[in-house]
Amino acid sequence: MPEARVIQLRPDDDEPYVPPAPAPGWEDRLAGGLEFLRRRLTGEYETDEFGFDPDLTDHLLLPILRPLFQKWFRVETQGLENVPSTGGALVVANHSGTIPVDAMMTTVALHDDHPARRRLRLLGADLVFDMPVIGSLSRKMGSTLACNEDAERLLTEGELVGVFPEGFKGIGKPFRERYTLQRFGRGGFVTAALRTGVPIVPCAIVGAEEIYPLIGNAKTAARLLGLPYLPITPTFPLLGPLGLVPLPSKWLIAFGEPIETASYGPGAAEDPMLVFNLTDQVRETIQHSLYQLLLQRRSVFS
Amino acid sequence: MPPAVVLVTGVSRWLGGALAAELAADPSIERVIGVDTVPPSQAMLRRLGRTEFVRADIRNPLIGKVIAAASVDTVVHMNISSTPAGSGGRVPMKELNVIGTMQLLAACQRAPTVRRFVLKSTSAVYGASSRDPAVFTEAMQARRVPSGGFAKDSLDIEGYVRAFARRRPDVDVAVLRFTNFIGPRIDSLLTGFFRMPVVPTALGYDARVQLLHEDDALAVLTRATTGSFVGTVNVGGQGTLLLSQAIRRLGRVEVPLPTPALGSVGRLSRRFGFVDYSPEQMRFLNFGRVVDTTVLREEFGYTPRYTTEAALTDYARTVPPVVSPRLVESASARVRSVLERAGDTASAVGERLRPTPPAPGLRAVRDA
Repeated sequence: MPEARVIQLRPDDDEPYVPPAPAPGWEDRLAGGLEFLRRRLTGEYETDEFGFDPDLTDHLLLPILRPLFQKWFRVETQGLENVPSTGGALVVANHSGTIPVDAMMTTVALHDDHPARRRLRLLGADLVFDMPVIGSLSRKMGSTLACNEDAERLLTEGELVGVFPEGFKGIGKPFRERYTLQRFGRGGFVTAALRTGVPIVPCAIVGAEEIYPLIGNAKTAARLLGLPYLPITPTFPLLGPLGLVPLPSKWLIAFGEPIETASYGPGAAEDPMLVFNLTDQVRETIQHSLYQLLLQRRSVFS
Repeated sequence: MPPAVVLVTGVSRWLGGALAAELAADPSIERVIGVDTVPPSQAMLRRLGRTEFVRADIRNPLIGKVIAAASVDTVVHMNISSTPAGSGGRVPMKELNVIGTMQLLAACQRAPTVRRFVLKSTSAVYGASSRDPAVFTEAMQARRVPSGGFAKDSLDIEGYVRAFARRRPDVDVAVLRFTNFIGPRIDSLLTGFFRMPVVPTALGYDARVQLLHEDDALAVLTRATTGSFVGTVNVGGQGTLLLSQAIRRLGRVEVPLPTPALGSVGRLSRRFGFVDYSPEQMRFLNFGRVVDTTVLREEFGYTPRYTTEAALTDYARTVPPVVSPRLVESASARVRSVLERAGDTASAVGERLRPTPPAPGLRAVRDA
């Protein structure tokens, strides 16, 4: 039929129909889950000398935390370009929120939002590792004891190490003192960075203060239980286990410009004045960016 | 200069006997003298070759006479008992460990021929607690000093050996801090522990375990005896495993028990001569211990042939698994096929009920 013409059903200017990319089908997810279970039952996974279990972290612990990160706290991250993609660095952040949820959220932020999907190796107090379940899960998630030996070993291996120098003073402070930084320990984190020559990345976390507003502290009971504080919040222990549900505050996590330490040389760790000055510099930077972030946030829950 | 006359204490146990046999096979060594309180087994005796066995208690001054008479120049002290079960209770164990070492050192101090002393120590001297750094180097000390048992004995023994080294500066002293031994032939605390089909562990804790294969242990001891290394060295395989992971890899069933219950299970199992759950052992099961082996590889000059993982795999050959990996494999395959079939049915039903909307159909043709 010479007179036949080709009739275009879809003119070129029209967008071609692309079926939406299928989410991983339930078959794949099922296969992955079963494979994970099989690995867990036969012990065929790797762990490191700190007790870090990447298999468990990637397939169980992070997926549990992710909804909390995305839906509950709606965490926004800023300044991820300040976190190096490779090599050691020390992330120093403010600590708050009665329970160290901020540490877990920072771990998720750096793993999910950073282009290099970096793993944050947290440093925790010995009390954490003394507690059953919590202690072993923390190690499996990559935490280790906050001591110079461990910090320096991780940093020399090129890991990203997270530290909260305020410790219990920060996390267990009353709600009225929110967003004011406490004393920054004895500057041990600065000596670790100086000895290994890694940059210090100041990190400000806004939102964690409001998840469990600490209005009281049952000091006597805490002493009896051997804890640094026993929180009383508007909902805990009043509502029992329901009081453990954190308030859905809006979170912002901002990473500031790295403070370079390599130029001081490893011997500088022996100079207490320099260590004090650097500690203060990091503390000031974090306090400053906390105020800035608070201005950015329209309200606590939006 | 290789040693001429070597004295090995604790020769009736596997590692001591193996070391004596290894040294006896070396023609450059003139004499090998093995000392123990109990005679070695028949099989061991055959292996020992030209080793001369002296049945003596190192707690007895007789040992001094042996050293002097044979003009021993190298002493390898391995007669340190790690479990009360092996030596008939805690009191005899402590006596053998501490008093025995003191007697042996006293004899060595008197003997002018002695010029090398090798101590088989343990990484248990670092203790085990929540305050520990993840990895111990030789320069570190226990954060929480072990209060009793084998670890305390080992700390005391190392102290006496250091004092001996001060008094006899002409004697080269090598202290080898071994991690947990494992292997098909050796009898160690962990091998007994892993042989149980059901392994009770501490609920909510998971120890980091670093293992050393028996062949590597033997090689390090031989090298320390014939070589010239002086000082303290950690000896362990590369890499670590979690206790739960090791139990799973061996196909054992892990039963986590709350710590107080584990204590009573421990007392019970000790009575039946199974495994020792002493308080110190429990702390190890809670926190574990890892040592840095840079000194071993760089200064001592030995890299273990087996990593922790490989050592466990080699040991696994001798323990038939309770839960075999093949069983897990087939079970998971079956579950998967059942679920897939169920899922296919469900999706077929879903298709019927809610047919997927067709792709956007033909639109009005502009130019026809």
